[in-house]
Amino acid sequence: MGLISRFKEGMSKTREAFREDMNLILNRGPAVDDDFWDGLEEALIVSDMGVYSATTIVERLRSEAVRKGYRDAYDVLEALNDSIAAEFPEGAEGFFDEPCIVLFVGVNGSGKTTTTGKIAKQAKDAGRQVILGCADTFRAAAIEQLEVWAERADVRICARERGSDPASVCYETIERGEQDGADLVLIDTAGRLHTSADLMRELEKVVAVVRKRANLPVKLVLVIDATTGQNGLQQAREFNDALDLDGVVITKLDGTAKGGIAVAVAHYLQIPVVKLGVGEGLEDLKDFDARDYARSLVGDFAAE
Amino acid sequence: MFDNLQDQLQEVFDDLRGKGRLSEDDIRAAMRRVRMALLEADVSYKVVKEFVSKASARCLEADVLDSLTPAQNVVKVVLDELTALLGESDAKLELAPNKQPNVIMLVGLQGSGKTTAAAKLAYLLKREGHNPLLVACDVYRPAAADQLATLGGEIGARVYRSDSKDPVQIAREGIRCAIDNLCDVAIIDTAGRLHVDEDMMQEAESIKAAVEPDEVLMVVDAMTGQDAVNVVEAFSERVEFDGVIMSKMDGDARGGGALSVRQSTGKPIKFTSSGEKPDSLEVFHPDRMARRILGMGDMVSLIESAVKVQQEEEEAEAAARMARMDLNLNDFLDMNRQVRKMGGVGKLVSALPGGDRMMAQGQVDEHALDRMEVIINSMTKREREKPDVLNGSRRARIAAGAGVSVQAVNQLMKQYGETRKQVKKMMSAYGDLEDTRGRRGKKGKKGKKGKRGGKRMAMPGMGGMSMADIKRISDMLGQ
Repeated sequence: MGLISRFKEGMSKTREAFREDMNLILNRGPAVDDDFWDGLEEALIVSDMGVYSATTIVERLRSEAVRKGYRDAYDVLEALNDSIAAEFPEGAEGFFDEPCIVLFVGVNGSGKTTTTGKIAKQAKDAGRQVILGCADTFRAAAIEQLEVWAERADVRICARERGSDPASVCYETIERGEQDGADLVLIDTAGRLHTSADLMRELEKVVAVVRKRANLPVKLVLVIDATTGQNGLQQAREFNDALDLDGVVITKLDGTAKGGIAVAVAHYLQIPVVKLGVGEGLEDLKDFDARDYARSLVGDFAAE
Repeated sequence: MFDNLQDQLQEVFDDLRGKGRLSEDDIRAAMRRVRMALLEADVSYKVVKEFVSKASARCLEADVLDSLTPAQNVVKVVLDELTALLGESDAKLELAPNKQPNVIMLVGLQGSGKTTAAAKLAYLLKREGHNPLLVACDVYRPAAADQLATLGGEIGARVYRSDSKDPVQIAREGIRCAIDNLCDVAIIDTAGRLHVDEDMMQEAESIKAAVEPDEVLMVVDAMTGQDAVNVVEAFSERVEFDGVIMSKMDGDARGGGALSVRQSTGKPIKFTSSGEKPDSLEVFHPDRMARRILGMGDMVSLIESAVKVQQEEEEAEAAARMARMDLNLNDFLDMNRQVRKMGGVGKLVSALPGGDRMMAQGQVDEHALDRMEVIINSMTKREREKPDVLNGSRRARIAAGAGVSVQAVNQLMKQYGETRKQVKKMMSAYGDLEDTRGRRGKKGKKGKKGKRGGKRMAMPGMGGMSMADIKRISDMLGQ
């Protein structure tokens, strides 16, 4: 399938790096000893999965290995694949398919604007009536950046001058969406660190305004850079506490050998990953599939 | 699970402090926690491994074990090792005085904060008397040049941009523009790239070859995970850089990546960047970073900001009144405003040892100061100068004016009374402090002294820290 192979292409660096690590372990022979488990744990930690997620997974596998009598490392790796895939909650499928209003939130530089633009393009191509809203009225040139994306996707955009009230931009966007009969309203918000209490409050207000005015279901999507380390979990938690997130998008997966933070976020917060950004091209925004993701992360040794 | 490094290490050392002597097992247990904590702080796996074995070895050395306070020694060993890893001296920007223009080139991954860092760097140079030019070479991201132009406009720095799609050409023209406009430093903002992207790497190399920069700085996001090592190594190989700017330091990421960067490339971290404001680029101090990672609080920075505030004249006046061992409500108000100037209670508390934990647990009420100010503002001049005149009916009037209950006014007065007492006590002990001033060795120790002072009155909303501590710290430095 074209889609999966593209996705795999983007993830190949991840897979290669992991396989390299795993091969090192596997070269020690099929014996599943302490070294093997230590090596496995290291490989998982290095993928940015987090010490706790990694330890949990390894411990579970270990007891499983005894219970189910895995013969060698290959059996374990297959079980690992299942184990990682099982961390991801359901709910990613068709996330953007129903008519809805989606707000993209996240820290600075995580790729919100780009993701918003790409989703607009995909939805437009699928025949949806899309309108973009630029609630990032803070960052210099954020509006211009989204305008370029609107042009590329050939969708309408609602923006005001820099420094205006983001909540009122959202209000206007929804209003215009209603007039146009839009069935997908995508709103890009200003990047903010989850530690900034003022900006988080501002965002809460924006979301409250959107929820009040909304004529369609409102969804909140957190955008996380795949290179983010353990702080990604903290980000997700803070944003989730403040806004009650509906989904997560992991971006920049092509630029890095990691991406394990997605597992950590899914594991602790039970928020589905709804899209993966695997490249810079317009089309490089993929649907998320837990099994593919796990397979890409672990590699498929057993089949080789 | 969500404990940050600070909490984790504190827990470890809280346990250690409980014992008079440490066994090998104790140290091993502590080091296991240190390892976990460092990994959670995104320090690279290899670096952690090395670090832990080195630190354990040093902790196990006899002289450390035989000393009087073993737990403190463990803290010190870990801190020393961390500081050593981060680079021992403060690295600064090297600018050739006779070159026209000096060229600084910024590289980094997408979204790491290059453009923001470029503007901040320009602002810093401007304040140092240079005339910087910003050159916008990011021709890929939509509106990147607009962003730089806007930021440049805000700080009053000239920006060179072009419609050309060739970044090398833009860079060359930018240098020419700097010469034409007598700008002595040109800062080149390049396109963000994914290090696997061969074309982009090539482009960075070409720009570098074309403009021969005096400084190539790489911008690294403090939130970067285990991948930080791969990223900086890839850049180091292709576009050899001279130093690193750690960005997004205002978040709560522990910044363990800094350790990995330094360790894997040997390149110094020169600046830290936090927040959106142009003045938030600071020279990197390894010792402070080690403290931040270790969760000992960034005491030195706090003291510095206290000193900055202290230097203002109104403060001098207040200090004089304090020296007379009296304190009225105007001073009380001043002290509160001082706290706000230092970044508010929140910043102050999180810079203190254990502060992060207090913040996280919600022990700190960031708005306590605002409420106090409102109450004091509802008083007459006379009441503020001579708080003793406040009787029941005056208090009722003030409460009504400030829109609070009489209890709140009473509470404020109680706090004020305690502060006044404390100030008196402190001033009479001032002579003792004079003695300690002479031998201030380790910067951190000073901070701890403040933390230890016997019976203490609490500042509103803050658990352990008192206003008196801040005043004392600033007095010690503002001599």
